[in-house]
Amino acid sequence: MSKPKFKNPVVNWIDYRLPIFTFMNHELNEYPTPKNLNYFWNFGSLAGITLVIMIVTGIVLSMNYTAHIDYAFDSVERIMRDVNHGWLLRYIHMNGASFFFIVVYIHIFRGLYYGSYKAPREILWILGVLILLLMMATAFMGYVLPWGQMSFWGATVITNLFSAIPLVGESIVTWLWGGFSVDNPTLNRFFSLHFVLPFVIVGVVILHLVALHRFGSNNPIGIDVQGKQDTIPFHPYYTIKDLFGLSVFATIFAAAVFFFPNFMGHPDNYIPANPMVTPAHIVPEWYFLPFYAILRAIPDKLGGVLFMFGAIMVLFVLPWLDKSSVRSSQFRPLYKLFFWFLVIDCIALGYLGAMPAEGIYVVLSRLATAYYFFHFLIILPLLPKIESTRPLPISISTPIITASSNASTVMAMREKK
Amino acid sequence: MRFSKLVLYFLILFNFFLSKLALSAGKAIEYPDKNWSFSSIFGTFDKASAQRGFQVYKEVCAGCHGMRLISYRNLAALGYNQDELKAIASQFEITDGPNDDGEFFTRPGRPSDKFASPYPNKKAAIAANGGAYPPDLSLIIKARPNGANYLHALLSGYIEPPKNMKVPEGMYYNKFYSGNLIAMPQPLYEDGIEYLDGTKASPDQMAIDVTTFLAWASEPELEERKQLGITVILFLIVFSILSYFSMRQIWAPIKNKN
Repeated sequence: MSKPKFKNPVVNWIDYRLPIFTFMNHELNEYPTPKNLNYFWNFGSLAGITLVIMIVTGIVLSMNYTAHIDYAFDSVERIMRDVNHGWLLRYIHMNGASFFFIVVYIHIFRGLYYGSYKAPREILWILGVLILLLMMATAFMGYVLPWGQMSFWGATVITNLFSAIPLVGESIVTWLWGGFSVDNPTLNRFFSLHFVLPFVIVGVVILHLVALHRFGSNNPIGIDVQGKQDTIPFHPYYTIKDLFGLSVFATIFAAAVFFFPNFMGHPDNYIPANPMVTPAHIVPEWYFLPFYAILRAIPDKLGGVLFMFGAIMVLFVLPWLDKSSVRSSQFRPLYKLFFWFLVIDCIALGYLGAMPAEGIYVVLSRLATAYYFFHFLIILPLLPKIESTRPLPISISTPIITASSNASTVMAMREKK
Repeated sequence: MRFSKLVLYFLILFNFFLSKLALSAGKAIEYPDKNWSFSSIFGTFDKASAQRGFQVYKEVCAGCHGMRLISYRNLAALGYNQDELKAIASQFEITDGPNDDGEFFTRPGRPSDKFASPYPNKKAAIAANGGAYPPDLSLIIKARPNGANYLHALLSGYIEPPKNMKVPEGMYYNKFYSGNLIAMPQPLYEDGIEYLDGTKASPDQMAIDVTTFLAWASEPELEERKQLGITVILFLIVFSILSYFSMRQIWAPIKNKN
C-alpha cells in the first residue's frame, strides 16, 4: 500500500483503514484547478454555503414551528417575538431563500456564458438542473408554511396547475392536497417534504461535486487543461478566494437581513390565511416570476403548464442543443450576443410575471416566451452552422502571458532574475 | 472584469426591481411620506410617541380592533416599568378558566396576558360591525405595503366625498383607501382624547403616535435588529478587506509568474 503521508500517526492509522484524509487532501487541498478562474466561479461554493445556512436555520426553526392551520401563523410570530433571536433565524431563512436563488441563477448564467454544460460535463450540468428543480419545489413548499394569505393562495394556484393533466388531473390534485382543498393535510405534508427535500438536494449536490471533480472546473476561456502549468492547487488559492467572495456575499446578505428583511417578501403574507378572501393579486416569490409569466402567456391551461415545465426541461437537453465545440462565448461572437438577448428576455419575463395578465402585458409575455424557446430550440442548434468562432488559444497559460506581458511586468520579472 | 460587473449589476437590479414591482402591482395611491423615527438604518422608536400611541389605541382603536399577538409585558419595551405594567394590565378584564369547578371566570389582567380582545370571537366582531371585520392590528404595519405611511394617511384621509358620489349607509369616504369606501368611521377628532403627558391631541399627532405604536407592535425586534446589524456589517466589511489582502498576498506568486 501507499506510504504514510501524514505526520500525525493517528491520522495515518485511520487513513490506512478509512482513506478519508487522503480523499479530503485530494479533493480539497491539492485538487488541481485552472488558474484563470474569475469571480464567477465563486458562486458554486456560495450556493453550497447558502444551502448549509438554510438547513441549519431551518432545523432550528422547525423546533419552534407548528404545522397546523390553526397554529402555524402564530407559531411563526412566536418565533419572531418570543424565541431568543428567533427573528434573526427566521429572517436569515426567509431572505436566504431569495439569496440562494440569486446565487444559483448567476451560477447557471455563468455556465451558459462559458459553455460549462458541454462535453464532458453534460451530467454535471444535468445534475445542476435537477438541483434547481428540487430547490424550486422546496422553496414553494417553504413559502406555504407561515400560512399567510400568499402562502395559502400561492399553494392553491400552483397545486391547481396539476388539474390541467387530462383525465387524472382532478384526482391528482385531490391526492396532493390530501383533501378537497388546500387544508391542514396539505400544510402537514408540505412541512414534511420541505424538511426532507433539502437533504435530497445535499445528495444531488454531492453527485454534482463528484461529476465536477472528474474533469475539474471549466474556465473562462473554455479550453481543456493541458498540464500542470495550467493548474494550481485548490488550497490555498481558491479557498482564500472563496473566503473573500463569501465575506462580500455575507455583507450584502446581512444588509438585507438586518435592514430590509421584508423587501423581497409580500406584505399579504403577514395576514393570516383566509380561504374566504382572495388577495387582489396573487404573485409568487420573485424567483418564480419568469416561469409564472410563461405559465400565463399560454392561453390554454395544460399548454401553460407544459411550457412552464418545458422552460426547465429544455435546460436538461441543452448540451445536445448547442452543438458548437467551442465552450466559452469569448470566442463565439454571435453566441455572446444571443446570450445577452436571453438574459434580457429572462429579465423581461420576470417583469411581466409581476404585472397583471391583461392588455399589452399578455402580448409581451407571449413574445418573450416564444423568444425563450426560440433561443434554445432554434438559435442554438443553428448557430454553429453560421458562426465563425475566433481562434482558440493554445493553452490556459499562453493567453495569460500574452495578455499581461506589458512593459512593467516584464521589467519586474527581469529584476527578479 | 467588466463583464462580471455588468452581469452582477443586471441580476441585482433584476431582483430588486422585480420585487419592488411585485409589491407595487396594482397600487396607484401615493401616501405622504412621513419621516418616521424608526425608518432609517439607525432608526429607533420614539418611545414617548409610542406610549401616546398606546393610549390612542387603548381609548380609540381597542373598541373594535384586537391585538392578539401582543402581551402587556411587551409594553416594557416602550419604557413602562413593572409596576406600571401591572397597573395597565389590571385595567382589563380577562376571561380565564375553566377553574376547578369547571367554570369560566373573569379576573383582572396580568402582564403575562395577551391584550384583551374587544369581541369574544371573529363572528361576533363581524356581526357587531355590519359585516366588516375590524382587522387585528398586531401586524398591520408589516401587512400593508408602505405600512406606516399608509396607516397615517388612512387615519387622516377622511374628507367630504365628491358631489357626484353616493356613499352607502355604513360606509365612509376616505381618499387613501383603495376604492375610497371604508367601513371604518373616522376615528380621530381634535382633542378626541386627553394625552397623559399633556401633548396637544391633534388628529395628525394622534395618527403619528398610533402609527409609531403599531409599527413597534409589528416589529418589536427592530431596534435590536438594527443595532446588531451595524455590528455585523462593520465586522464583515473589515473581514472582507482582510480576506481581500490575504488573497492578494497568497496569489502574488501566481500573478507575478505571469
